[in-house]
Amino acid sequence: MKIKLALIAAVLTAGSAFAASEADYKAAYAAAEAANAEAGKLRNQWIPTATALAAAKKAGDAGDFDKAIAEAKEAEALAKASIYQSISEKKLWKDLEIR
Amino acid sequence: MMKQRSLIRFGFSALALAALALASPAGAADKIDPVADAKAFKKFFYDKFPKLKPEDFVNGPYSMDEGLHKQWVEKEQFPPYEFAVEEGKEMFAKPFKNGKTYADCFPNQGIGIRQNYPLFDDKQGKVITLELALNQCREANGEAPYSYVRGEMASLTAYMAFTSRGKPMDIKIPDDPRALAAYEQGKEYFYTRRGQLNFSCATCHVQSPGERVRTEVLAPALGIMNAMPIYRSEWNSMGTTSRRLVTCNSQTRGVPLTPQDDEYRNVEYYLSYVANGLPISGPGARP
Ligand code: HEC
Repeated sequence: MKIKLALIAAVLTAGSAFAASEADYKAAYAAAEAANAEAGKLRNQWIPTATALAAAKKAGDAGDFDKAIAEAKEAEALAKASIYQSISEKKLWKDLEIR
Repeated sequence: MMKQRSLIRFGFSALALAALALASPAGAADKIDPVADAKAFKKFFYDKFPKLKPEDFVNGPYSMDEGLHKQWVEKEQFPPYEFAVEEGKEMFAKPFKNGKTYADCFPNQGIGIRQNYPLFDDKQGKVITLELALNQCREANGEAPYSYVRGEMASLTAYMAFTSRGKPMDIKIPDDPRALAAYEQGKEYFYTRRGQLNFSCATCHVQSPGERVRTEVLAPALGIMNAMPIYRSEWNSMGTTSRRLVTCNSQTRGVPLTPQDDEYRNVEYYLSYVANGLPISGPGARP
């Protein structure tokens, strides 16, 4: 009996540690939005970033925070790739130039 | 879907890293030399397409193969842009509410001057495209500006291009550091890879002219502005330079800029300058 209770407790705490919360989603979404805004300053936002952000918001509004967080993380990764692209292109563009 | 997206992302980062590793140290002290640029630009395309005459390049995709060229000759007999030229001509002549007309805003009453645009305006300190000049003319005369992507703007520029047909592109870069900077920014924009597909304008219009993207044949970058604005069957209407650039950006899965933003005006300046001497062929018709 004791063991059983401990198990249930363990499962419950594990559950609360892993099931996504609204707060986690909001944080992930804010991070993605910030990265995309940075890409905007570099004049290089990507369409799929916006798509993933919209999907994150939709899932978040529907209360599906697991999906919302996954989409927000995807959006953040895409935005970071676009930032990286802009920064590296500051030098790399010259390699394409017709001279 | 997710998997595919991450794959593309991975592909991009791997590519970018490889490119970084290969990148030669960029010559930071490179001098801006438009004359040398234009010479090299033309030589690149003349060498790549030795059968074409210089003036052949100004018909976009139609210059790229004989079958297409035949289509072009046929199209020119009943050109689908004719209504736009007619409409533009009427609009151009019709006085604003204050009694003035477009002619009052332009040298030579606006006739036969398209080959001089974009130009660098030293008072405004920036590149002025024909589209921007038309809207500035409207606003100076108390009229609301037109949309940059279609309709009236396409008709007005179609008419003005028509009055310049055959005239050699004649873009000036005044001896003004701001003009040179705008030119250089236009060049940088042209060669900079962007969007999830990691394409620059040059990826499509320098490295792959004549190749197909979906159903379309890519135009060569040399003389690529000379035919603007264009009628496209796919659009089922006329489109301005602004509309084309927005469409091209979207094709790289990049979010397009706003028409007539600095980058777009500057890249038009660059591409028009390197085509100096090639005839205006606009308005154009495209499949
Ligand atoms: C993904 C490939 C791609 C990229 C990148 C691209 N374009 Fe295009 N562009 C096209 C296609 C496709 C067309 C339509 C077929 C044609 O005319 O080349 C086109 C047409 C054009 C035209 C009209 C040419 C004509 O005569 O009809 C202009 C001007 C142009 N592009 C400029 C640009 C500029 C400037 C950039 C960079 C900001 C750019 N393009 C980037 C694919 C691309």
